[in-house]
Amino acid sequence: MAVRPQHKNRGAAALQFLASWALPLGILVLWEIASRSGVLSTRLLPAPSAVAAAFWESLRNGTLLTHAAISTERALKGLIIGGGIGFALGILAGISRLVETVFDSSMQMLRNVPHLAIIPLVILWFGIGEEAKIFLVAIGTAFPLYLNTFHGIRTIDVRLIEMARVYGLGRLALFWRVILPGALPSVLVGLRFSLGIMWLTLIVAETISASSGIGYMTMNAREFLQTDIVVLGIIVYALLGKLADTITRLIEARALAWHPAYRLNATREATS
Amino acid sequence: MSEPASDLRLRKRASLQQAGAGETQLNVVQELIHRKQEERPVNGHAVLLNGLSKSFGDRRVLSELDLEIPAGQLLAIVGRSGCGKSTLLRLIAGLDRPTSGKISVAGTDVESLQSNVRLLFQDARLLPWHRVLGNVGIARTKGWRETAAAALADVGLADRANDWPAVLSGGQAQRVALARALVSRPSVLLLDEPFGALDALTRMEMHRLLECIWREHGFTTVLITHDVAEAVALADRVIVLRDGGIALDMPIDLPRPRREAADTSAVALQARILDEV
Ligand SMILES: Nc1ncnc2c1ncn2[C@@H]1O[C@H](COP(=O)(O)OP(=O)(O)OP(=O)(O)O)[C@@H](O)[C@H]1O
Ligand SMILES: [Mg+2]
Repeated sequence: MAVRPQHKNRGAAALQFLASWALPLGILVLWEIASRSGVLSTRLLPAPSAVAAAFWESLRNGTLLTHAAISTERALKGLIIGGGIGFALGILAGISRLVETVFDSSMQMLRNVPHLAIIPLVILWFGIGEEAKIFLVAIGTAFPLYLNTFHGIRTIDVRLIEMARVYGLGRLALFWRVILPGALPSVLVGLRFSLGIMWLTLIVAETISASSGIGYMTMNAREFLQTDIVVLGIIVYALLGKLADTITRLIEARALAWHPAYRLNATREATS
Repeated sequence: MSEPASDLRLRKRASLQQAGAGETQLNVVQELIHRKQEERPVNGHAVLLNGLSKSFGDRRVLSELDLEIPAGQLLAIVGRSGCGKSTLLRLIAGLDRPTSGKISVAGTDVESLQSNVRLLFQDARLLPWHRVLGNVGIARTKGWRETAAAALADVGLADRANDWPAVLSGGQAQRVALARALVSRPSVLLLDEPFGALDALTRMEMHRLLECIWREHGFTTVLITHDVAEAVALADRVIVLRDGGIALDMPIDLPRPRREAADTSAVALQARILDEV
């Protein structure tokens, strides 16, 4: 009795899996047919097979990995600097009224400035070197982490803090055992936002000015009308973004295992 | 040497892990309580309130309260909602400062939070990001794992040490909170309606558990409750708080162990308290 519904479930799951892939696969097939028959000019959009070939070629001669590595390095440097500053400021503002009064209203004001709007200034300050791109990513990633860390600390249940004081926790213990873990769900939401902004910023920065990286690779290919490489670059960006998102999900599942909403099994049970 | 060991076994059996386990378990508890009766230790501290007043703005919640709680006594405080019971407990715990008057525990004035006074809140207030064991040993004093595990065994939850608080039932969470309060061997235990949210059966289990542990440890206990039957069943002495002062101060001399609402004398006492509330 117990086995049969499981079989049924598995069959249904396989069907669901197929169904969710039917549309993209169908589009790919139509696209390939359109390209081969000449309906779709390869100067506008390459055939999927051409993109696959370009992928294989650039993987073989190493250019893809080199550019992807350089882009990833820029992204991470910017994230560590900007996200680190945002996180630290968020914590300080969360636990200290003084820091909050000094920083918070300025941060709230600055966060409304689209950080890509300052690109002309950044080019003036740093030229088109590495610093410009890392600076832009740092600016972009700092705000989501600041806002969410601050918010996370401020929304911790005060009754838990009171309890911790009654049970003799000092300031440090209070921070490590109550405040930081309590703010963590919100901090990780901030990290997710930051990662999205990180790739977006980098795409723009590399497209405007760079001599290496995925953005440079695509812009360079555009000049030679190599649309297959352009599409490949877009796909690589998407994959890198997806990878970052998956990593945060794993971190969330581990760090927030206590949280009923984040537990991997729990979400699986709830959705199936 | 064999005495504590057999006690522990009894206590484990008596820990009432399953609700509705019934008569036999209660009998075990009662047997244990009987045995403890002759050699009841007093490890508690006396608590003294002297002209204690507390106002919030111009609302006077407690006025000129005088109260002496002898060491090791189990005192129950009853009163209407909003009469200042929680406020009084927070003052004794050192969480808030009185507007005027004095509190002393074991002869020393309470100026701030006391390490030998523990407060059990109405809600369990477990840290959701620490496992049950980590919650019990929240102060992380040396050897906390062992002491926390022992305290968990005391409340009959030894097997839940590695669970997240989120999966506990209300009664279990409250028992973990009790274990957390007991782990530091407090000399004064303050309980702010800790069983208010529990169903009648679980509440009775908790009463037995509390009585049992109190008899063993001998700490001074102040139990706030709105349930007069609970007060009469558990306490050495019941106080009715009204209009910021003590309206009734009554010793409960019923023999232990007690059965809730079992005999007429208890009912008579309950009626007298209810008159005053
Ligand atoms: N921090 C505070 N600020 C202002 N007023 C307060 C504060 N704490 C308590 N009060 C007031 O003091 C009075 C007594 O509150 P308290 O919480 O001690 O009542 P209680 O006897 O515990 O009631 P209950 O049985 O409902 O828990 C209430 O009128 C309440 O509004
Ligand atoms: Mg109260």
